[in-house]
Amino acid sequence: MTVPPAPAVVIVGAGPAGIRAAELLVAAGIRPVVIDEGQRAGGQIYRRPPPGFTRTPQTLYGTDASKAQALHMLFDAMVADGRVDYHPLSSAVAVADGVLHALTPAGRWTFPYSRMILATGATDRLAPVPGWQLAGVYSLGAAQIALKTQGVALGRKIVLAGSGPLLTLVAFQLLKAGADVTAVLDTAPLSAQVAALPGMLARPSLVVKGLQMRLRLGRRYHAGVTLDGIDCDKRGPVGIRWRDAQGRSSVTACDMVGLGWHLRAETQLAGLAGCTFDYDDVWAQWLPRTDSLGRAADGLYLAGDGVRILGADGAEMSGRLVAAACLSDMGLPAPDLASDLRRLARYERFARALARAFPWPAAMVRTIPDETIVCRCEGTTAGEVRHTATRNGAEANRVKSLARIGMGRCQGRYCQLAGAELIAAQAGISVCNAGRLREQAPVRPVPIGAWIGDGRGE
Amino acid sequence: MKLETQQHFGDGRIVRLAEIDRPRVRFFLNGVACETLAGDTVLTAILACAPALRRSEFGPEARAGFCLMGACQDCWIWQEEGTRLRACSTPIAEGMRLATEAPECWP
Repeated sequence: MTVPPAPAVVIVGAGPAGIRAAELLVAAGIRPVVIDEGQRAGGQIYRRPPPGFTRTPQTLYGTDASKAQALHMLFDAMVADGRVDYHPLSSAVAVADGVLHALTPAGRWTFPYSRMILATGATDRLAPVPGWQLAGVYSLGAAQIALKTQGVALGRKIVLAGSGPLLTLVAFQLLKAGADVTAVLDTAPLSAQVAALPGMLARPSLVVKGLQMRLRLGRRYHAGVTLDGIDCDKRGPVGIRWRDAQGRSSVTACDMVGLGWHLRAETQLAGLAGCTFDYDDVWAQWLPRTDSLGRAADGLYLAGDGVRILGADGAEMSGRLVAAACLSDMGLPAPDLASDLRRLARYERFARALARAFPWPAAMVRTIPDETIVCRCEGTTAGEVRHTATRNGAEANRVKSLARIGMGRCQGRYCQLAGAELIAAQAGISVCNAGRLREQAPVRPVPIGAWIGDGRGE
Repeated sequence: MKLETQQHFGDGRIVRLAEIDRPRVRFFLNGVACETLAGDTVLTAILACAPALRRSEFGPEARAGFCLMGACQDCWIWQEEGTRLRACSTPIAEGMRLATEAPECWP
């Protein structure tokens, strides 16, 4: 048995933000602990296939290949030289009293820390569509991960639906890889996309890239769509019912549906660590409060998409900024990152315009039929949420206790926003007044056996 | 209703688009021998030969995973020896004995 190490600087997440934060700390002579769920560092956007796969970075990451490679090489070199204490395949599951608890390949492990940087990234932001609980319905991110890290499509006849940059990107990538993408159904009206264009020109090259990919989708792409439901047989989806911008109904045959509406910050650990949250009207979600560098509380720092949905480039910058804040709080010299701060402000202008171009489908969620499953984990329906909100009070945690929405295995990651939308609609209040679900540890399911013992391995 | 996880072997959900020159790995699904490729996740391996991973606890439908990034927890499946694993983040290994239904001893 090893002796617990002295309190360290712990970084959770080895995506663009976590890697850049580690780089700056290492340059200052600190050996950070890096805890990551991935098999190899890179995060979701620059996720790497397992060893033995042969596609080139150009094939996997397109025009971002050099950025991906730079991050991978940087981190691998730090690991090879022993300059970071790296724990891959490890899930951070709880935070309390200056100790992070993680489930590692060696069992539960505790990491006492003096300072902690959370770079936990984001997941797809999901809205319920009748039938979305079926086998064969996935998130857009899932479709991308399957292609990138396994070389597979999740169905033979694919429909992608939702909104946000990932919708067009995943469709483009699947088509390029030879998958049969039949339709791309965007709930964002064309008018919103055009109205947001001036703001999006804060990063003109990304606008051009997006338009080029959109063109490649051709007649598969439809804007201003309303999704009515996914039809199924015993095996899974057989078609998706939708209405176009003019209200005309269609059914598109498919055996796989990918859904997603932009991204949702992954904030469970930030919540457990005691962050304050504010409801952000543009990103339509609760986000943790930090200063401009990413300080959330004494010794607690947040970086990347887990704070603000700025994407991979913004995450690299925010990782550097947060490490600089951490260093200066430790009384160590920190690099001057004024240019990073200016660039981050520009990225935020772009990202907020993007969020306006591809908005959360509030009206669609508010009008889903009562029998629609809202919580995929527990099978809670929209009708049960509405009924509970009316009878027992329009507050998210109360509705969770009584109707079990957000109480399942995913802990509300995929139903919380829709649940709040339904509660708010029912009570005639704003979504932020419907409240925010309190986090509960462990933030991932943990086998009970792993919790027995001293937390330093099995 | 007979659950679809138990049928359609050899009739999986996924389509392999790339990386098909990998060594083969053998595993068992509900006692039936299956073959897949080294480097597959358990999720990929099962969905290459079957349409679903498990049964929903609260509804009639089968489940086949959802987020593939360890966040939704939809893909926890059984091993014959009685423990569970998260299929999207666990690599397949030679000789694994997996099940789409809980073992009989499970209440």
